[in-house]
Amino acid sequence: MTEVVINAADYAAAAAEIFVLGAICAILLVDLFLDDAKRWISFALTLIALVGAAFVTVNFAVDERVTAFNGAFIADPMGDVLKLFAYGTVGAALLYARESLQQRGLFKGEYFVLALLALLGMMVMTSAGSLLTVYLGVELLALSLYSLVAIERDAEVPAESAMKYFVLGAIASGMMLYGFSIVYGLTGTLQLDDLAIAVREVGPDKLGLLFGLVFIVAGLAFKFGAVPFHMWVPDVYHGAATPVTLFIGSAPKIAYFVLAIRVLAEGLGAMVESWQGILIVLSVLSMAIGNVVAIAQSNLKRMLAYSTISNVGFILLGILAGTTDGYRAAMYYTFVYVIMAIGSFAMILLLSRKGFEADKLDDFRGLNRKSPWFAAVMAMLMFSTAGVPPFVGFWAKLAVLGAVVEVGLEWLAVVAVVFSVIGAYYYLRVVKLMYFDEPTEEVEIQAGGTMRALLSLNGLAVLLLGIFPSVLIELCARVLP
Amino acid sequence: MQFDWPILSVLIWLPIAGGLVMLALGERAIGLGRWVALVTTAVTFGLSTLLYTNFDMTTAQMQFVERLAWLPQFASYYALGVDGISMPLVILTTFITPLVVIAAWTVIEKKPAQYFASFLILEGLMVGVFAATDALLFYVFWEAMLIPMFIIIGVWGGPRRVYATIKFFLYTFLGSVFMLVSLIYMYLKTCDAGSCSYAIADFQRLPLAMNAQILIFIAFLLAFAVKVPMWPVHTWLPDAHVEAPTGGSVILAAIMLKMGGYGFLRFALPITPDAAQQLDWLVISLSLIAVVYIGFVALVQQDMKKLIAYSSIAHMGFVTLGSFLVFELVRVHGDVRGAAMGIDGAMVQMISHGLVSGAMFFCVGVLYDRVHSREISAYGGVVNKMPIFAAFAVLFAMANSGLPATSGFVGEFLVILASFRADFWYAFLAGLTLILGAAYTLWLVKRVVFGPVTNDHVAHLTDVNSRELFVLGVLAVAVLLLGVWPAPLLDVMRPTIEQLVQQITVSKL
Repeated sequence: MTEVVINAADYAAAAAEIFVLGAICAILLVDLFLDDAKRWISFALTLIALVGAAFVTVNFAVDERVTAFNGAFIADPMGDVLKLFAYGTVGAALLYARESLQQRGLFKGEYFVLALLALLGMMVMTSAGSLLTVYLGVELLALSLYSLVAIERDAEVPAESAMKYFVLGAIASGMMLYGFSIVYGLTGTLQLDDLAIAVREVGPDKLGLLFGLVFIVAGLAFKFGAVPFHMWVPDVYHGAATPVTLFIGSAPKIAYFVLAIRVLAEGLGAMVESWQGILIVLSVLSMAIGNVVAIAQSNLKRMLAYSTISNVGFILLGILAGTTDGYRAAMYYTFVYVIMAIGSFAMILLLSRKGFEADKLDDFRGLNRKSPWFAAVMAMLMFSTAGVPPFVGFWAKLAVLGAVVEVGLEWLAVVAVVFSVIGAYYYLRVVKLMYFDEPTEEVEIQAGGTMRALLSLNGLAVLLLGIFPSVLIELCARVLP
Repeated sequence: MQFDWPILSVLIWLPIAGGLVMLALGERAIGLGRWVALVTTAVTFGLSTLLYTNFDMTTAQMQFVERLAWLPQFASYYALGVDGISMPLVILTTFITPLVVIAAWTVIEKKPAQYFASFLILEGLMVGVFAATDALLFYVFWEAMLIPMFIIIGVWGGPRRVYATIKFFLYTFLGSVFMLVSLIYMYLKTCDAGSCSYAIADFQRLPLAMNAQILIFIAFLLAFAVKVPMWPVHTWLPDAHVEAPTGGSVILAAIMLKMGGYGFLRFALPITPDAAQQLDWLVISLSLIAVVYIGFVALVQQDMKKLIAYSSIAHMGFVTLGSFLVFELVRVHGDVRGAAMGIDGAMVQMISHGLVSGAMFFCVGVLYDRVHSREISAYGGVVNKMPIFAAFAVLFAMANSGLPATSGFVGEFLVILASFRADFWYAFLAGLTLILGAAYTLWLVKRVVFGPVTNDHVAHLTDVNSRELFVLGVLAVAVLLLGVWPAPLLDVMRPTIEQLVQQITVSKL
């Protein structure tokens, strides 16, 4: 047994996590002494905590991979960038959610604290250096998300969704943990760096390792919402309050992406041929089921849930390539997807008002007459998600397609583009409703200034990152050398 | 002479900027907005004529080139340039768009600012398609163009507009995504060869094995055949044309269809010459089917727009026929001049069809604005009430059926001449169009324009106003000018086409 030594460098590597944890405790305490009228203070503190975390992350940013806490924790440029992106996403998700939360009476300290806890879970996953740390992060994130879904205590549908999410999520976590334990049993190590070497020594074809791998990938696929582990996605997205859906549909994707990178690419990199085959099946099924079933939806939240499933198929395309180009493409795709998803869900919030959820497709009817600008924003988001240039979604698709063609899987690229054409249909249908149909009711958009400004920025980002795609691609290339 | 300012970028971004200004002005300032649209498109056309006057007719090189780093990670550049093939098409685009704006001046009642803005943005994107020399940039313009057209058909179209526009979008989208995969494949091939590049010129030089060429060619065929459109992937076109507003039909027929023909000449033939040689029988057969069979289909149409749409498909058959005669001419007969003649014919046919079909759709638009019907049977004896209009309608009908001294004659004649050199039966079948085209077009004119006044609607018709007169007059002049004196167009294209013929007859294997 080696002696465990923890020194200042270890704490420095985890400075951002420590800061966020401290902030969570502080906000939890402060919130106790506030009445509902002063709840904005905890909201503001939460946003400040995010800015502070960004500040700490930038300050303690590393130029190359550093391991801390005896290998249980990794700080690397990729992690730093992903964390910064996660702060931004969580911040945007909270800002978007504010009005809707106030209307629903959910504008409470618990919400902010749970959001920050979920963020902490993502950060731990991002920096996980051992399978145990990975699991710690996964559970922290998952438990926070279950509670967020259930936060509307008195409503039936969210409670049901939360229950479904929790039961299925617990099974998935269990499977993943079981897979970890098998891998640990065969290699004798939990640390990802050592694991990479040990797998090579044991032999990547060993049946036991494959057995463990299947469980790990199944757990991962559940978290991602890849077919055939996708059953929870539409129900949870649909059942949860829209601000919560917006949260679940955006930031956690970053964490699951990094989970795949850390465990599959770094830890089990030697088994690439095995997991490539599994991921191909998951990816093709996700693109197929996601895109086809989305066509049948009349609820926008459900449609976006299936759209998520199909987009996960595309993220998996990048990962399964098993090359650096592929990981970069998957990371780029994840960023782009998060930007588009958060905007699309925010559009629902923009049109909702007290007692009215604008989550049906028909609620978007004739939006161009009410507000040409926000109709244009939604149209840009939809065309972008469909992968039509010049919007950023096109470049994300191009990047992952390039990655799979590069490893000789041209047929997979062809399958992917065919499904993206099928998918284009339901995005076009939203545009059709907004532009070609007349509104069914004449109610002005009631959302406030922050919401409008942020959503406008979001829409412009989709366009500008599409016209100048090299910015974000360069970033991904730099942190994933 | 080259300019020290980026003329092609201006031609792309000026209309787009104009469109954005119109959107920002909104519907309330439509009075001002109309003038913004007109001035922008007119200035764009004016600037584009500089391309012609300063064009170096002795070289096949890309001219007015611009090259900016755009996406260094994928070795893709914002690279523009025109040669003898693309320059006339750019000018066709900038020529037609102001006419569309003028024709729609007060006709559009619903959201006119968005209508004009869509056309302005569309114009910039279309110029981008013809001017891009980087394959990725080309693809971006090629796809982005679908968005404004989707909106145009869907918002201002006829009763079945939603069906038509979604069909239009998905058809063309499906066709082009395969092209995207093959572009990526070729990009990775250039990386294997040492220097990554998305430049079309590099793709044209890239050696490719036969089976790869076949697959890439099929991908190109899907993308461009849908756009042309070739039989049997043409079914979106009659729907889109019938439902689109006048301006949409004009742009669709006059410019968008040309992109298919342009794509064959720029991508399919030079990049995959061996596969094209192997499969030229397929394209030639499909073209001849389009010319003959679709000609018969046009004959039985009840809807004016549908008739013109089918006639477009038949006429575009000449474009693909002329382009793909190359192999047989050079391989079997060693006839390089004939091959160049075929492509010359294809190009002239594209420009001519752009003018003639655009004009015919304008004519239908003139009638539709008054009677609100496209049914042939709703008209009859229009000449009694609209003599000036009738004169133009007859002129364009003659041009559509390929009468000498109109532009329609030149392109068809060159292609038929080239097919004679290749195979008598090609020429025989292609020649049938002279009978069929005359039959369906003149019968259309007979039923709509001539005869006694058939109903009250026609009895209350008023002749063209000055705005419509201007649009039709300008097009008439262009059609006649190109018909009696096509030399300026042929001179511009000659070096490029000679080089192209040489390029596509050299094997890449």
